[in-house]
Amino acid sequence: MPAAPAPGSRLRLTALLAPPLLWLTLAYLGSLAILLLSAFWATDSFTSDVVHTWNTDNFHELLTTPVYRTIALRTLSIAVAVTVIDALLALPMAFCMARVAGRRWRRPLLVAVLTPLWAGYLVKAYAWRVMLGEDGVVGAALAPFGLHGPGYGTTAVVIVLAYLWLPYMILPVYAALERLPERMLEASADLGAGAWRTLRSVVLPAVRPAVLAGSVFTFSLSLGDYLTVQIVGGKTQLLGNVIASQVTLDLPMAAALSAVPVVLIVCYLAAVRRAGALDSL
Amino acid sequence: MAETETRTRTGTTATRTAVRLEAVTKDFGTVRAVDAVDLTVHEGEFFSLLGPSGSGKTTLLRLVAGFEQPTAGRIELAGQDVTATPPNRRDAHTVFQDYALFPHMTVEQNVAYALTVRGVRKAERLARAREALTTVRLDGFAARRPAELSGGQRQRVALARALVDRPAVLLLDEPLGALDLALRQEMQTELKELQRTTGITFLLVTHDQDEALTMSDRIAVVRDGRIEQTGPPVEVYERPATAFVAGFVGTTNLLRGEAAVRVVGRPGTYSIRPERILLTDPAEPSAVPLVEPEPPADGRRTVTGRITDIVHAGAHTRFTIALPHGDRLTVLRQNLTGLPESARPGCEIGLSWDEKDAFPVPS
Repeated sequence: MPAAPAPGSRLRLTALLAPPLLWLTLAYLGSLAILLLSAFWATDSFTSDVVHTWNTDNFHELLTTPVYRTIALRTLSIAVAVTVIDALLALPMAFCMARVAGRRWRRPLLVAVLTPLWAGYLVKAYAWRVMLGEDGVVGAALAPFGLHGPGYGTTAVVIVLAYLWLPYMILPVYAALERLPERMLEASADLGAGAWRTLRSVVLPAVRPAVLAGSVFTFSLSLGDYLTVQIVGGKTQLLGNVIASQVTLDLPMAAALSAVPVVLIVCYLAAVRRAGALDSL
Repeated sequence: MAETETRTRTGTTATRTAVRLEAVTKDFGTVRAVDAVDLTVHEGEFFSLLGPSGSGKTTLLRLVAGFEQPTAGRIELAGQDVTATPPNRRDAHTVFQDYALFPHMTVEQNVAYALTVRGVRKAERLARAREALTTVRLDGFAARRPAELSGGQRQRVALARALVDRPAVLLLDEPLGALDLALRQEMQTELKELQRTTGITFLLVTHDQDEALTMSDRIAVVRDGRIEQTGPPVEVYERPATAFVAGFVGTTNLLRGEAAVRVVGRPGTYSIRPERILLTDPAEPSAVPLVEPEPPADGRRTVTGRITDIVHAGAHTRFTIALPHGDRLTVLRQNLTGLPESARPGCEIGLSWDEKDAFPVPS
């Protein structure tokens, strides 16, 4: 253990840490607190002005209106679906990158996974809008099999979100697989295990924390998204775009609605933390 | 020790072959790690592959385990050709140098892994895992995780895991390398005992000659991908087949060319073990103050030199002696009695050895 810092260095440490801590508390946590606070205000139904009268009507409405419940559940389901799909896609991809591909190929493959992150979000979402459209590539590719493209809607939202957040799942899984010593796989084979057994008993337990860590990204990013659903979602309503449309009309209601994903994410983080995945972030 | 060895060897006289390598070669790119090696390990034998790092001994072990495929040659386990058999179908388990325990499993799950994989019922699995843990004296550790164990304990878990389903052959890759000296010596005795009681063939890889000499029934000295000599420890030590073996197994005085003619009195390459050289007082050869046994008069060679260094190493003292032409000899003296006053650096000293102890080695 290092000794307690001298008074001079403590002062310097305080000076160093103060700005970011101030930024975190004021700009980030402060805005969250104000958001939560404004959820307890009301709106003048004529002028749409915020009225500072303390009440819990918004939360009451949120919990009793079936449409909000449906939207919240739909948003949650989409976030779960995106997370599961990304995990299923990332595992074999990361395995190929870390274990199957030669050392020379690892870097190019990693770059290939990261490159889409450099492109603008909107560009990618609109690219998918074009691909999923009436005469899009997806429909054309499925036509010979007598199938139709998914069109715009919930399925399209899941596909695009899964595409957008996939790198966030691949990276931690890749890192975990690369860290997994070759000796573990050899030891498993040495003791009589076939490839599937080794995958199930040695590889998957080793990457489980990484998958959970990646799922924190895919899950929370999906819960908060509102642009993708506007671009490829058709008539689908998610929490994100309901909040976005409420902001101008009924700010306190929007604030109450935005508490839903915050609560969901906090619950998710708590669950993941219990599983020990945050240690590997 | 000698008794144990004799018993083990005579106990398995009707020997069957546990491991056989025939002209096995392994290339990594342009590097030849193993070069046309022939090797036979008998059933129930404690066999060591001894060599410096990079000699190819670990590659040999990995070839037997099946982690590497030979470039050429044939590998047999218990008479069966396993050259193309994957590791999980070979009746041999490995104790890895870094143990390679599964970190997410408990000690018990680690030990039972080979049984779990084979679909053994849970009750039997647990019973046998506990039994294996008892064998390595780790009762009560079943529920722990590998991270909660010391190096020596992990070593024992690795042993238990490899022994739990009694493989025909146990492959040990520098198993004691990560342990401190006291623990290493304790484990040497224990490994030997374990091998004797289980009757499983042990094939051990080590760079530590002490380890190989104390534990093995037979040793193969490996160098540059080839086996230089195979034989029981005593034979390898007493009758080294090559100059390399003489120098690597124990310490020795190697004398070649001119030096051989000057010191040994004959041309060639000779090895004289430092403990075989006796020190005498050159002024009074009859007094022999530094010599414990009475030297036989004939068949002995005597030379005179000057002590340049004395290292007291507990049970023995190591002398470095400079001979007139600049040749140097190392002499070991058992400290059965205290050192006489006359043994000081700079002193004149006589040396003598039985001519048979100047052993010719092919260079």
